[in-house]
Amino acid sequence: MLQASSLTYQVGGKTLVSKVDLTLVPGRLVAIIGPNGAGKSTLLRLLSGELRPTSGAVELDGRALGRFDAAALARRRAVVPQATALSFPFTAREVVLLGATVPGFGVASAEIEQMAMGCLRTVGLAAIADRFYTHLSGGEKQRVHIARALLQLAVADREACASSILMLDEPTASLDLAHQGLVLEEARRQARGGRAVLAVLHDLNLAAVFADELVLMCRGEIAARGSAPEVINDALLSRSYGCEVRTNTTPGAGIPFVLPYTRRN
Amino acid sequence: MTSEALALPDRKKPSAHPLSTAQLVVGATLLLVIAATASLALGPTGISLGSLPRAIASALGMTADASAAREQLVLIDIRMPRTLIGMFVGASLAVAGAIMQGLFRNPLADPGLIGVSSGAALAAVATIALGNGIAAPLLQPLGVYALPVAAFVGGVATTGLLVLIAGRHGQLMVGTLLLAGIALGALSGALTGLIAYASDDRELRDLTFWSMGSLGGSTWPKVLAVTPFAVLIAVMTPALIRGLNGFLLGESEAFHLGVNVERTKTIAIIVTAASVGAAVAMAGIIGFVGIVVPHVVRLLAGPDHRVVLPGSALLGATLMLVADIAARMLVKPAELPIGIVMAGIGAPVFLHLVMKRGIGGME
Repeated sequence: MLQASSLTYQVGGKTLVSKVDLTLVPGRLVAIIGPNGAGKSTLLRLLSGELRPTSGAVELDGRALGRFDAAALARRRAVVPQATALSFPFTAREVVLLGATVPGFGVASAEIEQMAMGCLRTVGLAAIADRFYTHLSGGEKQRVHIARALLQLAVADREACASSILMLDEPTASLDLAHQGLVLEEARRQARGGRAVLAVLHDLNLAAVFADELVLMCRGEIAARGSAPEVINDALLSRSYGCEVRTNTTPGAGIPFVLPYTRRN
Repeated sequence: MTSEALALPDRKKPSAHPLSTAQLVVGATLLLVIAATASLALGPTGISLGSLPRAIASALGMTADASAAREQLVLIDIRMPRTLIGMFVGASLAVAGAIMQGLFRNPLADPGLIGVSSGAALAAVATIALGNGIAAPLLQPLGVYALPVAAFVGGVATTGLLVLIAGRHGQLMVGTLLLAGIALGALSGALTGLIAYASDDRELRDLTFWSMGSLGGSTWPKVLAVTPFAVLIAVMTPALIRGLNGFLLGESEAFHLGVNVERTKTIAIIVTAASVGAAVAMAGIIGFVGIVVPHVVRLLAGPDHRVVLPGSALLGATLMLVADIAARMLVKPAELPIGIVMAGIGAPVFLHLVMKRGIGGME
């Protein structure tokens, strides 16, 4: 369990994250939503241990994150950052295999090869395993990194580490409709399998469909949290995004959704 | 599920790279053995390897024959240390290039390009010029180690200065680093020039040696002086493999994969400065090795540092020996500066690779 309490991060006199309390528990997919510059990615970087908070604390199973070394953390959580630039000619498979290079992972290489192929298959990339990463499209690159994180967690499971955490920063940003579904379906499957999953999402509709809990951030603070119907509402979103928002619900399941507002709707 | 998810990968093609790690390492080792044998066997005197048993006998004091003594001088006192130092210089420059490219995530980073070599050369030149003057009390206790240690310190100082200039919020800004490196390189070059301006004829010849490179001054005491550096590099470099692989994805990704980022950077900077400093102290400034060799290895066997680092060491040593054989054979009995030969070999190969495949597979 990852627990953040009164988490604050300031840089250059600017407060990017302010007094955030957040708990990630196994089995749940939490989506962080909010306007540009709300502090979503900064919060994810604080929770992953990449940034040290100015005040407040993040604890993993009751122990401060700062007291884990990089390798111990990497055996407990995997992170897919927003953008990764790689200008060396790795194949897709080799990038995924980097996920198994965490210090302390000792699974046999033949087994890891198979697991890597499994992760590539999960994100729909098995056919291009031996293509150069540098030749892939933006969406394919993004899915390669998701497969890498999945392999990292799969090997961690094999090493019988305690329950682990998956953190995704806008994993669907350059994906088409089918692959958005594929990736978030997998994120939810990971949660159902006992992982704590955190995803920063720009697309409110995807968050409403896939997340167990939505956390709406605005100017570094949590403006609202709860189930999709609790967070996706006109007043809250209009106030947070600074524009007029009209929400609606799907006829059958009653899932809330948002369309961009113009005079036509 | 999309259709591509159901397609199975081509099992017969385990990797997109032409050679496996084992193939590259075995091939490069064979090439190095051939080059080292040729380096011992070839020279302007025409003494061949067939004389080696007699030369060894003479070295061990088992014969007083005058021609055996001459064979001993050429084979054991000249060619052997020259071959060993050539291997060290080539391997360490290539490894330093590979490490810098991984650290800065830029396939064009090179100790020569970002001023580390110039900084090391400046320190070495200053040591020569001031060694008998004001710096004597500091340098004389170091003996034969004075030059490599000075060049090492020069390399560390330049690298440290670069890290200070290009570091922001714990991240190295690659663009700033390259530009600052060019500026520092120019400054070191100017200071070296200033020392040259104030030098007499004999010192000037030494300075030419530093700026164009040569293995001509190799002796056994120099082999001895460079050995601790070779050991340091050989012991520390393997610790970089995992970290540099992570760095290729970026510093934060490396951290997410469990890499101790600051430790990796520190080791990388120490190894680079030691490699370049000692190489410059032994042979002056020799370019292209640090860029060309790691590129060739990546094109052949991929960018994984498990193959890039040992492959670069082996092929770098081989390339340096080949260039040195050319340097001493082309205009015998005179000798070309090896930096010129290396540029003559390296630049066309590099251009060919860039035109054929793009920069290390980059498009």
